[in-house]
Amino acid sequence: MNGSRLHVDGVTIGYDKRVISEDLSVSIPDASFTVIVGPNACGKSTLLRGLSRLLKPSAGQVILDGADLQSFKTKEVARRVGLLPQTSIAPDGITVADLVARGRYPHQGFVRQWTEADEQAVRTAMDQTGVTDLSSRLVDELSGGQRQRVWVAMVLAQQTSILLLDEPTTFLDITHQIELMELFTDLHEVGRTLVAVLHDLNQAARYGTHLIAMKDGKVVAVGPPEEVVTAELVEEVFGLRCLVVPDPVAGTPQVVPLGRDRTRQKAQR
Amino acid sequence: MTTGAGVDFGRRVLTVRRRRFALRLEWRSVIVCAVLAVALACLAVLALMTGSYQLSPGQVISALTGGETGLVHDIVVEWRLPRVTAAVVFGAALGVSGAVFQSLLRNPLADPGLIGFAEGSYTGALIVILAVNGTYWQLVGGALLGGMATAVAVYVLAYRRGVQGFRLIIVGIGVSAMLHSLNTWMILKAELEQAMSAAAWNAGSLNGVSWDQVAIGGACIAVLLLLAARLGRPMRQMELGDDAAASQGVRVSATRLWLIVVGVALTATVTAASGPIAFISLVAPQIARRLARTAGITLAPAAFVGALLCLAADYLAQHVAPTTLPVGIITVMLGGGYLGWLLFIEARKRL
Repeated sequence: MNGSRLHVDGVTIGYDKRVISEDLSVSIPDASFTVIVGPNACGKSTLLRGLSRLLKPSAGQVILDGADLQSFKTKEVARRVGLLPQTSIAPDGITVADLVARGRYPHQGFVRQWTEADEQAVRTAMDQTGVTDLSSRLVDELSGGQRQRVWVAMVLAQQTSILLLDEPTTFLDITHQIELMELFTDLHEVGRTLVAVLHDLNQAARYGTHLIAMKDGKVVAVGPPEEVVTAELVEEVFGLRCLVVPDPVAGTPQVVPLGRDRTRQKAQR
Repeated sequence: MTTGAGVDFGRRVLTVRRRRFALRLEWRSVIVCAVLAVALACLAVLALMTGSYQLSPGQVISALTGGETGLVHDIVVEWRLPRVTAAVVFGAALGVSGAVFQSLLRNPLADPGLIGFAEGSYTGALIVILAVNGTYWQLVGGALLGGMATAVAVYVLAYRRGVQGFRLIIVGIGVSAMLHSLNTWMILKAELEQAMSAAAWNAGSLNGVSWDQVAIGGACIAVLLLLAARLGRPMRQMELGDDAAASQGVRVSATRLWLIVVGVALTATVTAASGPIAFISLVAPQIARRLARTAGITLAPAAFVGALLCLAADYLAQHVAPTTLPVGIITVMLGGGYLGWLLFIEARKRL
């Protein structure tokens, strides 16, 4: 790994007085597809919110391009780091292109609302996510998978080199999950740094290039999927007894839960 | 100037790019605003013509352009114009105020009244009328103070790590209910005459609006509308959700506080000058959104609809109703009826 534009340095972060993570230090390797994994309430979304400045650390610093993230202007952060939040709301009666164009906000001003560059960025973002054909449709009318692609297009239109994704596949069926993960892989391959919070360990291992495993607000393991996804670590972090075998398609580690005795007997029968 | 351009928005789009300017407008919004402006101008001329001394459109226009002297000039410019101007400016202010609150709280039924402003300003006015038996300007001060104090109280009570829309609504309803019973109690305790003048103030009326009031109110409103125009873009961005807006470079907490201040101040200015004119802030943004078919709430169409609604209501209150009614009563009937009709049509289309 060559460097890190975005890292967290001795950060204490939480909500009000409830501390989620204390003295947390972790860095996001440049041009990586980093996936943060861990059980519910382990602080992975909190970390992502800290990286995007939605939450301010009560101690320590988040460093972006060598400077404290808090020292940037809000729009300047938004030109460097984009975030796909867990929940977003589409205003009534908004069309796909209109929603994607909202991603241009940090590049616009009071009288500079729709330059050639804005138009180009929106067109590229819609092409990359395959929603160009939907551009005149109402967002309310789309399926869940299409809608999530539109939200991704909106964040892409923001043209940030770092992209944070908070559980981007949560509400999608398996086909759309894979479709979206492959889209993220494409975006990663053209040079973007991606940081995603994911629940599915197998998808994390297959698509991620760098994993951060968290438990109880602490980083437990960091590294490439082959080193992080091991039977011991999965048991330590998730409390799940499992077998790790090579994914028959991608060759990456695949987690097979052992389950109860009865489950195993059923398989032997 | 180009039309359509490279991206298909599903709507006809007007793009204006010249030097530092790069604007994207929806044709439908532009046309709706233009039509509303023309309708507003026609209605204004009609309102200036009508009265116990009827004038022709020509007389009105020449009086406005300075071509008349004597009685016609006095009737148009000194007597009728302040009231017409007040209706237009106050209506626009109410429309924008409602639009700001509906966008902010993501609730089509939101208006400044919801966070206790209306009841609070009535409480302030009642105290001035009953306890001090004050002058007009004391009444204005009392209403402003009461309304603002209530809005601040509601904001503070709803504050927990920033203010969220839903909590603001709940707290607002609670505080409004308390103040409402306080107001009722004060009215019951009051002398009959005082109670009547309080009730008259609370109905909202443009009767006896003078140039002084219009000038002061208008200046405040002009400044506030400029502020609202600046806040319009971050406001629309916040309709995507707080997280999305913040990650796109909107300073969410600061913007929300500014929006509340501007929204309350717009209604406060109108209330101070004329008493509460109900309902325009509630229906104007909704009517505007349905006419212009914009995504979410937009401010300019809401301002035009508010102005037109207020002027029409005042015209009906003065000239069509069997006795001269307070404008507030007409706005409720007119706006409510039209909104009901719109919702009815919409419901039938969806079925």
